[in-house]
Amino acid sequence: MLSLIRYLKNNKAQSVIAPLFKLTEAIFELLVPLIMADIIDVGVANADSGYILKRGAVLVLLGILGLACSLTAQYFAAVAAFGFGTALRTDVYKHIGSLSYAEIDRIGGSTLINRITSDINLAQDGVNRFLRLFMRSPFIVAGAVIMAFTVSVRLSLIFVVAVPALGLVIYLIMRANLPRYKLIQQKLDGVTQSVRENLSGARVIRAFSAQEREKREFYGKTKSLEQSQVSVGRISALLNPLTCIIVYAAIITLIWCGGISVNIGGIEQGELIALVSYMTMILTALIAFADLIIFVTKGNASAARISDLLSVQPSVTETASQEVTPEPDAPAVRFENVSFAYSQTEECSLKNISFSLGKGKTLGIIGGTGSGKSTLVNLIPRFYDVTEGRVAVNGADVKSYPTKQLRKMIGIVPQKATLFSGTIRSNMLWGNENASDDEIWQALETAQAREFVEQKPDKLNEGVAQGGKNFSGGQKQRLTIARALVGSPEILILDDSASALDMATDAKLRRALAHRNEKCTTIIVSQRASAVKNADMIIVLDDGECVGMGTHDELLKSCEVYEEICRSQLSDNSKGGGQR
Amino acid sequence: MIQHTDNIDKKHIGGQKNGTLARLLRYVRPYIGVLVLSMICAAATVMCTLYSPLLIGDAVDCIVSKGRVDFEAIKNIMIKLGAVVALGAVFQWIMSTCSNYISYSVIRNLRNECFAKLEKLPLKTIDGTSHGDIVSRIISDAEMVCDGLLLGFSQLFTGIVTIFATIGFMLSLDIKITVVVVILTPLSLFVAKFIADSTFRLFKEQSQVRGEMTGYVNESLSGLKVVKAFSREDISLGEFDEINKKYRKIGVKALFFSSLVNPSTRFINGLVYTGVGIFGAFSAISGGITIGQLSCFLSYANQYTKPFNEISGVVTELQSAMASAQRLFSVIDAQEQPPDRENAVTLDADGRVDIKNVSFSYTPQQRLIEDFNLSVKSGQRIAIVGPTGCGKTTLINLLMRFYDCDSGEILVSGIPVKDIKLDSLRGEYGMVLQETWLKTATVKENIAYGCPDATDEEITAAAKAAHCHSIIKRLPQGYDTVLTDEGALSQGEKQLLCIARVMLRLPPMLILDEATSSIDTRTEIRIQRNFEKMMKGRTSFIVAHRLSTIREADVILVMRDGNIVEQGTHEQLLAKNGFYSELYNSQFAAEG
Repeated sequence: MLSLIRYLKNNKAQSVIAPLFKLTEAIFELLVPLIMADIIDVGVANADSGYILKRGAVLVLLGILGLACSLTAQYFAAVAAFGFGTALRTDVYKHIGSLSYAEIDRIGGSTLINRITSDINLAQDGVNRFLRLFMRSPFIVAGAVIMAFTVSVRLSLIFVVAVPALGLVIYLIMRANLPRYKLIQQKLDGVTQSVRENLSGARVIRAFSAQEREKREFYGKTKSLEQSQVSVGRISALLNPLTCIIVYAAIITLIWCGGISVNIGGIEQGELIALVSYMTMILTALIAFADLIIFVTKGNASAARISDLLSVQPSVTETASQEVTPEPDAPAVRFENVSFAYSQTEECSLKNISFSLGKGKTLGIIGGTGSGKSTLVNLIPRFYDVTEGRVAVNGADVKSYPTKQLRKMIGIVPQKATLFSGTIRSNMLWGNENASDDEIWQALETAQAREFVEQKPDKLNEGVAQGGKNFSGGQKQRLTIARALVGSPEILILDDSASALDMATDAKLRRALAHRNEKCTTIIVSQRASAVKNADMIIVLDDGECVGMGTHDELLKSCEVYEEICRSQLSDNSKGGGQR
Repeated sequence: MIQHTDNIDKKHIGGQKNGTLARLLRYVRPYIGVLVLSMICAAATVMCTLYSPLLIGDAVDCIVSKGRVDFEAIKNIMIKLGAVVALGAVFQWIMSTCSNYISYSVIRNLRNECFAKLEKLPLKTIDGTSHGDIVSRIISDAEMVCDGLLLGFSQLFTGIVTIFATIGFMLSLDIKITVVVVILTPLSLFVAKFIADSTFRLFKEQSQVRGEMTGYVNESLSGLKVVKAFSREDISLGEFDEINKKYRKIGVKALFFSSLVNPSTRFINGLVYTGVGIFGAFSAISGGITIGQLSCFLSYANQYTKPFNEISGVVTELQSAMASAQRLFSVIDAQEQPPDRENAVTLDADGRVDIKNVSFSYTPQQRLIEDFNLSVKSGQRIAIVGPTGCGKTTLINLLMRFYDCDSGEILVSGIPVKDIKLDSLRGEYGMVLQETWLKTATVKENIAYGCPDATDEEITAAAKAAHCHSIIKRLPQGYDTVLTDEGALSQGEKQLLCIARVMLRLPPMLILDEATSSIDTRTEIRIQRNFEKMMKGRTSFIVAHRLSTIREADVILVMRDGNIVEQGTHEQLLAKNGFYSELYNSQFAAEG
């Protein structure tokens, strides 16, 4: 929590005023038993009704003042808490935007979403309660003890013993329960996971008729959750009875000693009542405090998670401030002895890759699952930084470019087709804010998407649902290809982005791309040999290593891995051709 | 895209709050003994709590002034007080423990019942409902019901008992002051209600904006890589800030208004306390009550307003608990898939499958399969081809009886599927889907998912046949490595495990839906050989892109826009010069 305290800096005044007003209210509250003691000891004893009414008026006045103070405090606490939450949210969002693919992969999308939504809300709630109550309860306790001292120093010693005893009980119960709460959370996560898994795997579970087994497993998990909950409940249920016993033990002592004191003329009857009132006041304040601690602990856990996220350093940092002027004769993309590992402890995903790709040429990258194809192309727009070696675009190291300039030159179509809610047009404009409708249609045509977009009643204005849910996988892929084309990139990277297309559409797409703008350097990543065989150069990757480089014909002769891939995929073809 | 109209809430029986409460209470019935004990303890606790101020008051009356203190009487009262407090503490602990036990047990039963229901829902419903929604019902809504029950048991009942008992105790002391308290206290209830009503609107608005924000964050962060690829970070931040500011504006208001309740009711409490003080003081002067009784009244005035505040809190809590309970009940009430017929048989499949005049569509508006006929002999290989999204998986849905045909029938080994026990029908198929699903469990458990009794040797053999033995060996704990969501396995490796899962069981019929789509070609060739062995003598339905698989099929079904447009062998279809030949030639051109 402390590390996030700087997010209150825009609301310094409010964060100070709120607890101050709370304290003022508490002072008014602490005065009440004293005034009541006066009413009894002076008003009733002397049968002075004027005095009683006057003191009563004071009580009402204190109530009104207290209300005013506490409303002010609540308002400022709300403003400060939301100021905190809003500033934190913006900052976390900005920070997430600065992370590179390496961190995004490691942390995971759903975690990021949880941090910025529920965690910040919990932390904000914690701040709000903290400002309102955290000062109040200890102050009431301390205040009540002090007030007791003003009434009778000797009798106050009972308070001095009782308050630490109460604190100790609350502390012990909290300490016993906190780790158990964590355990419950873990078990609940397990239950959640079971439900999620059984929904996503409904087909498989039924295919294997494993419903009964899944049910038994789930029942076991809920039973164990229940047992933990009941055991925590049993301990928490001790809090109220134990504190009650301590307070009443104190009250009994108070009355006994108070009786002795009254008997010898030390204090008066009304004062004794006031002391008893203070004791009960302490009880309520401490119980509120125990509740608060649970909330603050929750908020604190969230705050710690947010701090963790904020302390993640992006591995790709922007160092260049000036735009780079490209060298006209340099190759579009050049890799020099590039190695890459996702983390220091892991094995290299790419080992010692070198190649150079001329402007306007087409590069094919082929290889099996996990051979490092995607990793290689992700190094070009600097989504990751190389571990060793150097990647250059247009003759300049990618690290010397401002990332904006670099990424503007490159159009990358990722494996997973992602669209954003809005319209088809709004998605297309991502590539180029100023693209005309004609340009968009042209891109759609090249991407083989024109036909189905034209069939939509609203054409380019057709709505896109969140995540592009209203389009099929193949349609989404074609739209994302078009989106990259709208930006008329110098370098176009297709990272296995036609996998959901059937062979026929895939072939049409490749033909259209080939007949497009000559200047565009194209990199095609694929598992299909047919997709890369016409490329000017093909790189064959196997387990992160480049095992072959050259044209289709050269590789067929020289590269065993490539030959094997082709044989498995294209052999149908020659046979098919023979039959015709 | 498939549009489903079925979802969980369709069968939902409207919002009768009372019905929901009555139904929820039925879940409490098995614990009726515990509940009665809990209520007795609650009442006892309240009596003890209320009796103590009375005793304190009595004690104060024994301490009048200098030299007028009756120590003997005080001693007796104090012993009584000690006993009452100790008893109260014990009762309170028993009460809390009982209500904990009831709430957690009820919630476990509710969760279990919902989960059991999930296993019986037709896939149509599961496909048509957001999974996140069901998860949040079984987790968060159940939690809400639990909180509601807990508060309901511990606070509502005690609250009500406290109010009535306090009135009783006060009446036994003095009628006039009691009237003052009874008239003044409900004020706080009104104030709380007034504030709650006006906050309700603000909260609704707030949760709307929060929903908007979550939606935006969900989308932009799951597409974060694309945002970065297009250097849209700044634009995205701007859009987020817009919503963030809106949230702040409404949030401050909502938070402020909702936090008015406590100070306001505390103020009313103060008024009641003052009222009792003044009235009591006058009464004491006129000798109506003693000072001790006045102090007792003052404590009652404090205690008496507390249950009102608590009850108003509990009522809102209960309302949302009821809403949550309703969401749980609608899961429990969702229509199940029809159970097996009474005389349903256990299948011993010989591999024959006959599809007769089958029609099927997901929605009445969009006709899909119509009057489809196919006769598959034992051991035949059926390939299903067609462009992306043509509905190839629909056929699998029908074969596995994940969905039922609208008309016509499917016969396996000559028996209509509706007359076969569902488990036994599905058990005769081995299925590998494009979407790999693995359980959060060890590798071993996952491979043995179909037959949990498999020996380690059998499991290893299956893994070897699926060419994932060496991959598994490389995992930190080998076959005992627990697979998790993030997991160390790639999509292709997961697919291999799914294949191993089927290899272990080898039923007489196979369904392979792009089973090797994520596996690289070299591994695939090796698996292919085992697939060939596996398919020998088994009827298999294969959704595939690869020509070699397709051409060797006995029957090729060509699908387009959800319809089966052509069927026949490779040669027959080519000769027909229809859609298949168009598909085939375009591919040929692509690869030539």
